[in-house]
Amino acid sequence: MKHTVSISALLATIWLANSGHYTGLLLSFGVVSVALVVWVCHRMDVVDHESQPIHLTRHLPRYYSWLVVQIIISNIDVVKRIWLGSSTISPGTRRFPVGQKTDIGRVVYANSINLTPGTISVELSDSEVLVHGLTQANLNDLDAGEMSRRVDQLEK
Amino acid sequence: MNDAIEFLSGALLLLGSFLIFTGALGVLRFPDTLSRMHAAGVTETLATTLLLMGLMLLAGWSLVLLKLIMILLFILFTSPTSSHALAKAVWRHQEHETKGGRHD
Repeated sequence: MKHTVSISALLATIWLANSGHYTGLLLSFGVVSVALVVWVCHRMDVVDHESQPIHLTRHLPRYYSWLVVQIIISNIDVVKRIWLGSSTISPGTRRFPVGQKTDIGRVVYANSINLTPGTISVELSDSEVLVHGLTQANLNDLDAGEMSRRVDQLEK
Repeated sequence: MNDAIEFLSGALLLLGSFLIFTGALGVLRFPDTLSRMHAAGVTETLATTLLLMGLMLLAGWSLVLLKLIMILLFILFTSPTSSHALAKAVWRHQEHETKGGRHD
C-alpha cells in the first residue's frame, strides 16, 4: 500500500513538473494518466520495495552526502591523469567480495562504483563484483572497503 | 545580488565545459576502451552536474528549475547502468576474443 502511494506521488510530481498547465480539464487528464500507469505497474508486479525503496529514505541523505564528496575527489583525480597523459595510469581488473545481503544493496554498491570515475563495475554476481580501475590506487581504495561498509549501513 | 548569481552561474558553466573538454581529451588519450570509459565518466557525473547547476541558477524559482533537477536525477540514475552494460559488453568481447582466437 505505501509503495502504491509512493509511486503515485512520484508520477504526480513528474506530471505536474512537466505540464505547466493547471486547468481543470488538463489536471483531470493528469489524474487519469497517473491512475493508468499505477494500474499497469501493478499488473506488471513491479510496485514493491525494489522499485520504491522508501525504507532506505532515512539513511540516504548521509550516504549521498558522502558519495558526492567521493565523486568530486575521484573526478579531480581522473582529470589530473587525463592532462598528465597515459603514462600516469595503470589500468587493471580485480574481483571484490560483495557482502551486501539484499539485491538492492548490491545494486547500490555497483552503481556507486560506477558513479565514481576511476572505477567501473564490469560484472556483478551474488557474491562478487568484477571492477576495472583506472589506476591500482583506485582499486586499493575500493579494497579498503569504506564504500562497502557505508552501503551496509544503508541496508540496515 | 543578481550580478553575483550570474557570475556564479557563468563560473559553473565554464568549469563544466572545461570538464566536458577534458573528458573528450581523455577518450582520445587513453589506450583502451575500459580506460576511456573512466574519462567519459568525468563528463557524465561532475561535468553535467556543474552545467545543470549553472543553468538552475539562471532559471530562478520556476518550473524550469524543477525540470532541470529532473534531468539531473535521470542522468545520475541512468549513466551508471549504461556504463555497466557497456563495460560488460567490452569484457565479454575480450573474453570471446582470447578464447575464440585460439580456436581458429
